[in-house]
Parts: sequence; C-alpha cells; structure tokens
Amino acid sequence: MIWPIDLAILTLVVIVGIGALMVKDLLGAAILFGAYSFMMCLLWTVMGAVDVAFTEASVGAGVSTVFFVGAVFRTSRRTKD
Amino acid sequence: MKITGLIVTILVGGLLIYAAADFPAWSDPNSPASTYLSPHFIEKTMEETSVPNIVTAVLADYRSFDTMFETTVIFSAGVAVFILLRTFRRKEPEARHYRHVLTGVTMRIKEGKLPPSDDFERIDTLWTPPDLIIKTVCRLLIPFIQIFGLYVIAHGHHSPGGGFQGGVILGASIIVLAISHNLRTVVKRMSEKLDAVLCAVGVLIYAGTGALCLLLGLNFMDYSALASVLFVDPIMARSHGILIVEIGVGIAVMCTMVWIYSNVSSRGRYEQGL
Amino acid sequence: MSDLISIIVANYNYWIYITLMMIGLYAMIAKNNLVKKIVGMNIFQTAIILFYVSIGVKKGATIPILQHGHGHGAHTVVHAVDYVNPLPHVLMLTAIVVGVATLGVALALAIRVYDRYNTLEEDELLAQIREK
Repeated sequence: MIWPIDLAILTLVVIVGIGALMVKDLLGAAILFGAYSFMMCLLWTVMGAVDVAFTEASVGAGVSTVFFVGAVFRTSRRTKD
Repeated sequence: MKITGLIVTILVGGLLIYAAADFPAWSDPNSPASTYLSPHFIEKTMEETSVPNIVTAVLADYRSFDTMFETTVIFSAGVAVFILLRTFRRKEPEARHYRHVLTGVTMRIKEGKLPPSDDFERIDTLWTPPDLIIKTVCRLLIPFIQIFGLYVIAHGHHSPGGGFQGGVILGASIIVLAISHNLRTVVKRMSEKLDAVLCAVGVLIYAGTGALCLLLGLNFMDYSALASVLFVDPIMARSHGILIVEIGVGIAVMCTMVWIYSNVSSRGRYEQGL
Repeated sequence: MSDLISIIVANYNYWIYITLMMIGLYAMIAKNNLVKKIVGMNIFQTAIILFYVSIGVKKGATIPILQHGHGHGAHTVVHAVDYVNPLPHVLMLTAIVVGVATLGVALALAIRVYDRYNTLEEDELLAQIREK
C-alpha cells in the first residue's frame, strides 16, 4: 500500500511483459515470463493480497516456467517474431 | 493481421480507459466492492468458523462449491493433457540400452533378453549423465521442500497458504527430482497409475466431505454437520472440515502438476524427461 | 502538483491493467509463434487478476488475517475497515491455479501441432495445411 513502490513495480511489469513478447528466443521468453510473474507476486504483496502472492510465487514463477521450458525443449527455440 | 490487431487493440484499450475514469479511486475504503459483502466475511469469520485467515475460510467454507469445481477443472486439465500427449508404444523397440551403475559401461541388449546382473539400469538413447553436484543438492533439499509443503497445507488456517499452494509446492518437489535425476526415477517411486488415481482421490475427498454433510442431515458442504462425527462443537467442526477439504485439494493439485509435467516434458513417451 | 500525483495514484493501477490486457490481446491476435501466443494469453489473464486485486485494496488496512489469541477469540471486535477486502483474493487464487492447468493443456496442444507439422509458426502451418 506504499504507492511509490506500487507505481515503480507497475511500470517494470509492463516493460518485462513487453520484453517477454519481443525477445527472439523462446527460452528467453519463458525466463522473462517467470520474471514477469515474480514482479506480479511482488505487486500483490505490496497490495496486501498475501495468499494470491504466495500462489503466484509457487505457480506462476515456479511451475509454469518449468512447463514452458519443458515444452520449448520438446519443440523448438526458433521464432520469427 | 498486425495492422488489424493494432487497430482493434487501440480501439478496445481507448474504450476501457474511457470507462476507467468512472471507477472508484484506487485504495478507496468506501468503494462499492468493499462495502457490500466483504464486511460480513471480515467481521463474522472468526465467530462462525474460528479460522483467522479469512481467505482460507471463504475459499473452503463460504464459497466451497466454487472451489470444488475449480479442483474438478484442474483434474480435467490433467486428463486432457494425458489424452492429448500420451503415446503408448505398440511394438517394443528391437534393442534396449542398459548401463552398469558402478562402472558406467553401456550395453545394447536385444529384445526379450535380460541384462547379465542386477546392477544394470535401463536408459534411453538420449541419456546424458546427471551432474553430481545438482543431484546431491536436490536429494538433500527435497525432504525439506516436502515438509514445507505439508506445513503450508496444515497451517493454512493461521498463515497465508492452503491446499493450492501446498499442493503446488509438493508437486514442485517431485518435479525437481525429475529434473535433477530423470523421469524414470520418478516413475519408479510414483507410477503413472498412482498419479492418476491420486488425482481423482483428491477430488473425491473434497466432494465426499460435502456429501457426508448431506448424509448427516445438513446442506451440501455445511461442515458443522461433521460435529457429531469428529466429536467437537459445530464451530470447530467447520474449521476441521476446511482442513479435510484442503488436504483433498492439495493431493489433487500435486498429482496434476506432476502428471502434466511428465507428459509435457517427455512428449507423452515417459522416457527421458527434461 | 500534489493534485496531479493524487490523480495518477488513483488511476495508475487501472491504466496499467488496461495496458497489460491490450498487450496480451495484441500478442494473441498478431504474434506468429504459438508459444508467444500462449505467453500473451497468460499476460491477459494476469492483467485481469491485477484488476481484481486492485479493487480490493483499502487505504490504511492490513492483510486479511485476523489477529487472534488462544481459544475462539469471539470476544474481540473486528472492524471491516482495518482489513483488505478478501473476496477478490479468493476468486483470483483459484483462477491462478486453474490458469496453470490451462497453460499445460495449451502447451500440450502446441507440442502436438509441432509433432504433426514440425513447426510452431502460424504462417508456415497455414501454408502446409493449404498444400494438402
């Protein structure tokens, strides 16, 4: 609930989100998506939603990154955009 | 497509920002969302269920019907991944690879014959030696991760946590085992069948608790009916009912995570894993 | 100056949620790679969660876990103004876990497509389907 931190993290979230979509390597996109999830987790801790933050830290930043890496490992890293 | 997408996005975004001007200001205590239903939950949860963590109480007690179907959705997602990806080999391969554990000698043995002694383990053609440091660290770490997962499930009444988070942490501990060793090690300890059965058992525990309340004479998911079974007063019965339900959620989520991971990472062949 | 800051603070969460949502929507429509589309889908989903959590924030309130002593603790009076609105948290907690399950299904579909057509790019997929 400290608004300067809230504003700073919100700005970073947008940058990391755009980065995850812009990077020309799917493995990089997966890792940046993990970073994005972790920023979101931080944001929810700031807003007082501790249960949601805990879930996002374990699910978004943990397991879904592993799923992405596994899927990229089994397909290809190449991407045109 | 890019131009069309951009136009659609900008139009919709502009419309939403125009609408956002009418929203109540951020962190306004008197916003409509915070004045209608939630004060009841905040003020009455401790009296009615004796659970300090309001989120857990609302999740598993007041809105338990909703959560039951969320668990069912997770279970169906696991089944969907299984049906989409799992491929069963119709014919056994002609030769299998076996590796001697102590010396690291790899043998190629024809189908139907067994390796000369018990010291051999079966490997795949893509096998790479696992790193010793990673293996040792993960082996030491996994028990603590699992204890933490169990703590998160059991202590969800008093601190952030609950069935979903604890289940994901338990599932992640098994995924760590699969990454640091290989998928065969996991399948040896927790077979695919057990995984699938436990998935369904988790959902069954949840729905069964609700049905038990129905059989004991109260509404579906009204845990105060469990008081006569658990020998406690109705308020504590609701607290215990939440714990039982959270355990069911934890089992279902854990097994679904492992199931989805092993299918996605091995492309449904259950061979090598990541 | 302080007026400007208070207006920005009052609305910044909503602006960012709309920005993220539109980034996700654009990625789902215009990106060529299937995995990038799935990343876009997840960003879209997180934006909606951000919206819900922003609704529940109250100024000067603490996390929704009640302070309690031993026993039932029914004798202490709880004021709703002191605690953050827990209802959006409950709705979004389950949404996150369901989100990872649907992510698994989406990735499984992508792997299946790659098995069949040996590519994840949308234009190459369409060209291969047209040839048949």
